[in-house]
Amino acid sequence: MHDISLDVMPGEKILIVGPSGSGKSTLGHCLNGLIPFSYKGEHTGSLRIAGLEASEQDVFTLSRHVGTVLQDSDGQFVGLTVGEDIAFALENDCMDLPQMHARVRQAAGLVDMEPLLTSSPYELSGGQKQRTALAGVMINDVDILLFDEPLANLDPATGKTAIEIIDDIHKDTGKTILIIEHRLEDVLHRPVDRVIVMQEGRIVADLPPDVLLCGDTLQKSGIREPLYITALKYAGVKMAPILRPGGIDTIDLSAAKGALAAWMHTAERAAPPELRPPILELRDICFAYEPGGKAVLNHVSFTIRQGEMAAIVGRNGAGKSTLTKLLCGFEKPVQGSIRYRGEDIAGHTIRERAEYIGLVMQNPNQMISEAMLAEEVGLGLKLRGVPEAEREARVKQALAICGLLPFRRWPISALSFGQKKRVTVASMLALNPDILILDEPTAGQDFKHYTEIMRFLCELNAKGITVLLITHDMHLMLEYTPRAIVLSEGELVCDAPASEVLTESGVIERANLRETSLYTLAQRTGLQDAAGFVQCFIDHERWMRQQ
Amino acid sequence: MKIKVFSYNTLDTPIHHMSGLSKFICFLLLTFTVMFSYDIRVILCMLVFSLWVLRLSQIRFSQIRLMVIYVAVFLLTNFVISYLFAPEQGPEIYGAKHIITVLWGRYTITWEQLLYQGTKTMKYASVVPLGIIFMLTTNPSEFAAALAGVGLSYKVAYAVALTLRYFPDVQRDYNDISMAQQARGLDMSKKASLGSRFKNALLIIIPLIFSTLDRVESISNAMDLRGWGKNKKRTWYARRRFSRQDVAGIVISVLFFAAGILVSVFINHSRFFNPFQ
Amino acid sequence: MENKKLFHVSTKTIVATALGAAVFTLLFMFVKVPSPIPETSFQTAYGIAGFFGALFGPIAGGLIAFIGHAISDGVQYGSPWWSWVIASGISGFGFGLAYKYLKVEEGVFGWKDVLTFNIIQIIVNVIAWVVVAPVLDIVVYAEPVNLVFAQGAIAAVMNAVSVAVIGTLLLLAYSKTRTKAGSLSKEDEAKS
Repeated sequence: MHDISLDVMPGEKILIVGPSGSGKSTLGHCLNGLIPFSYKGEHTGSLRIAGLEASEQDVFTLSRHVGTVLQDSDGQFVGLTVGEDIAFALENDCMDLPQMHARVRQAAGLVDMEPLLTSSPYELSGGQKQRTALAGVMINDVDILLFDEPLANLDPATGKTAIEIIDDIHKDTGKTILIIEHRLEDVLHRPVDRVIVMQEGRIVADLPPDVLLCGDTLQKSGIREPLYITALKYAGVKMAPILRPGGIDTIDLSAAKGALAAWMHTAERAAPPELRPPILELRDICFAYEPGGKAVLNHVSFTIRQGEMAAIVGRNGAGKSTLTKLLCGFEKPVQGSIRYRGEDIAGHTIRERAEYIGLVMQNPNQMISEAMLAEEVGLGLKLRGVPEAEREARVKQALAICGLLPFRRWPISALSFGQKKRVTVASMLALNPDILILDEPTAGQDFKHYTEIMRFLCELNAKGITVLLITHDMHLMLEYTPRAIVLSEGELVCDAPASEVLTESGVIERANLRETSLYTLAQRTGLQDAAGFVQCFIDHERWMRQQ
Repeated sequence: MKIKVFSYNTLDTPIHHMSGLSKFICFLLLTFTVMFSYDIRVILCMLVFSLWVLRLSQIRFSQIRLMVIYVAVFLLTNFVISYLFAPEQGPEIYGAKHIITVLWGRYTITWEQLLYQGTKTMKYASVVPLGIIFMLTTNPSEFAAALAGVGLSYKVAYAVALTLRYFPDVQRDYNDISMAQQARGLDMSKKASLGSRFKNALLIIIPLIFSTLDRVESISNAMDLRGWGKNKKRTWYARRRFSRQDVAGIVISVLFFAAGILVSVFINHSRFFNPFQ
Repeated sequence: MENKKLFHVSTKTIVATALGAAVFTLLFMFVKVPSPIPETSFQTAYGIAGFFGALFGPIAGGLIAFIGHAISDGVQYGSPWWSWVIASGISGFGFGLAYKYLKVEEGVFGWKDVLTFNIIQIIVNVIAWVVVAPVLDIVVYAEPVNLVFAQGAIAAVMNAVSVAVIGTLLLLAYSKTRTKAGSLSKEDEAKS
């Protein structure tokens, strides 16, 4: 970080955005004292928190002023139950039990977690874990709340609620709020006072959102601007702070109506992909982990065509991962059949299926077991006893497809997260599958890396590989997958283009999604065919990418 | 492969009403008594008592069936191997040899050997219900508080609490990794050679360890930020107040403990009960 | 890491201990490598205790093996077999003594370090399984002397092999991930 000068007034609500590596997390660590307590380094200049020079305080003193809610809600949840976790800071302060229990109940009440005080983390959703974390830092009665990427692990609907809870706390308690996040649009669901944009360790903008969204700072620093703003810009609508573009609810759209309708007719659009023969057919699949137990999948049927790119969406426990297990052969369906290129694959082993279905897990560190790149990618072939000469050729080919050939003699530890992800894809491609299943391929990635990963998957897809994405990222669905298969409580509730899924309120609710701001935009401007407008936007974006 | 570390559930029994700390104290006292004494009368008393407590705490057989099988197999193996290795251990301990029958060579069956092996088997067997009662009736949350309560450093006690907290996470990671590696062609069967069996195990262990190490940092940051370790002691949210049951349980355990020691000191004049002299 | 104090316990040490014990428990129950001797298997878990001990010191190593062994005994048998749990703890503690002589965190783990680590772990395994465990078994359960020493000797050999294979390879793999950024420039040649 260089030349950071920043004043935060009591009671302000500030959003700090920036791509990975821009220094926004480092800034957060300076504020809560992890720098220099856990991470050493050199610093010049002065940082005063509530009048105290931060570098002279220890992390414990600072934690009385700054409460941090970390990104990793499982890592932050150290207690065996909600109550214990909320009490954690008080336990460390040696508080008496009666007083502690009263304070815990009070803090839990603030975030509506009081009925769940005895629940263990496995019984909780991501949103509930985050609320517990919030109660756990608020119990110290801190003046400043620091949220480090609060949306990273939440589905869209829960993320929306999280932003609302943060806003309510801000209004009710007047605490100073700092949110570090790269998902600008989602945070702006509720107003913030200022947005600070960071890039390469510097502050490049410090503006109210209404002003920021009128300029081009965001594009330059690799932050995605809200989709409704992009759409309005496509339609040629001029932005000005006076129009209050900071929120889809506040923006003045009186001038936009005609422009959007006109744009819908003239926008250049990519042609829809042609239909090819089926590659994967699921017929009436039912599954329960225990005989006679609760059905995890209930009469699910759908067909995937060759060369398709589709998203499988749904909230936690909807049956997405079970579906993956059935496809890869880790579990057998209780009823129904799975066909690959017309052939029933019930008799195929895990290993045989891996030769046509490659599974790429969310966290590449969970798949990598070799130190060197070429060995890792060749592992599957080696385990299958493929002769060395052929192995080398196939590894080389897989590395070339993934753009990793220049690194083939590198140790994997020297690669970035995105590159590791490519390594795991390459190690699947070495087996020549024609279907790839990716679990949350973009989770925790900023816009730049997200775009990189998705472009790469599109390239693979263009080469004829069928790609199935398990995701709850709505942008991903909107921008990249023409089709979304929505599961809810083991049932297939919708199998339609993303533009329809994200404008259908019943489906949105059952899958814990939220409606896209494009839909709100269409409704607020009185466009007749809202889904058509969203589809137009998707097709136009795809056309832009093809150019 | 899905195991809940402790299948604890809340029931309305006197044992469940005891605090984790006092149950742990009772567990330690009774276990020590059983391990110290080599008097089958004392040990059988303890066994009967602990089986009675087991019933009192309404633990169902289905909860412990697997453990019972494991223990039975262990006891049987130990019984047989013990005899094969040392058929004369009993006579040696008790300084007498009353032969019942001769099998072959030095393998005789003696009353002394029977008493020795019987006592030993009962000794092993009687700690099992004690452990089961403690584990299945104690809320895991109270565990760390109990350990700290008997004087262990709270940092160590908290390590145990964190182990219980993150075991299911590690188990889920393990299952995920093992699936991913199997899809790549990892053969989990026992057919492979010794070298490749180790290699195959490593293919799962390495990613497991590395993704576990990734977590160490985020968890310890979270703990530092909330003031863990700033004082020489800490209090425990999950600790319960002492009740009548706690006092009763500890008194009973102390009595058993004292009785066990007194029998050894004043009646047997040794840890061993020797009816043969 | 800064200074190598053998018994320094930081938050990180405790968290590593806890997660290490969780991994130990899991492997102790489920991931055994069958050995050529019937009815015996290599406990890969001891390799984990060796690895964590070498990285985080004797306190972590000892607690990992002690807690891990006690919990898995508890789950499987209903109660820990204390004599063996204590021996496990002592062995883990001993593996951790290697921490003082190693610099794995900095990416250094050469053949000399492999040797240091393994000499220490072999001595420790012998002490834990040929001295501590049998003596406790004799004192507490009056087990036959020849039986417990035979069992102890087998355990010492098996666990030493586990630590030698799993522990050493894990340390090697880990040290490679800690390669300094400076050494990467060499790899540019491969970029052709």
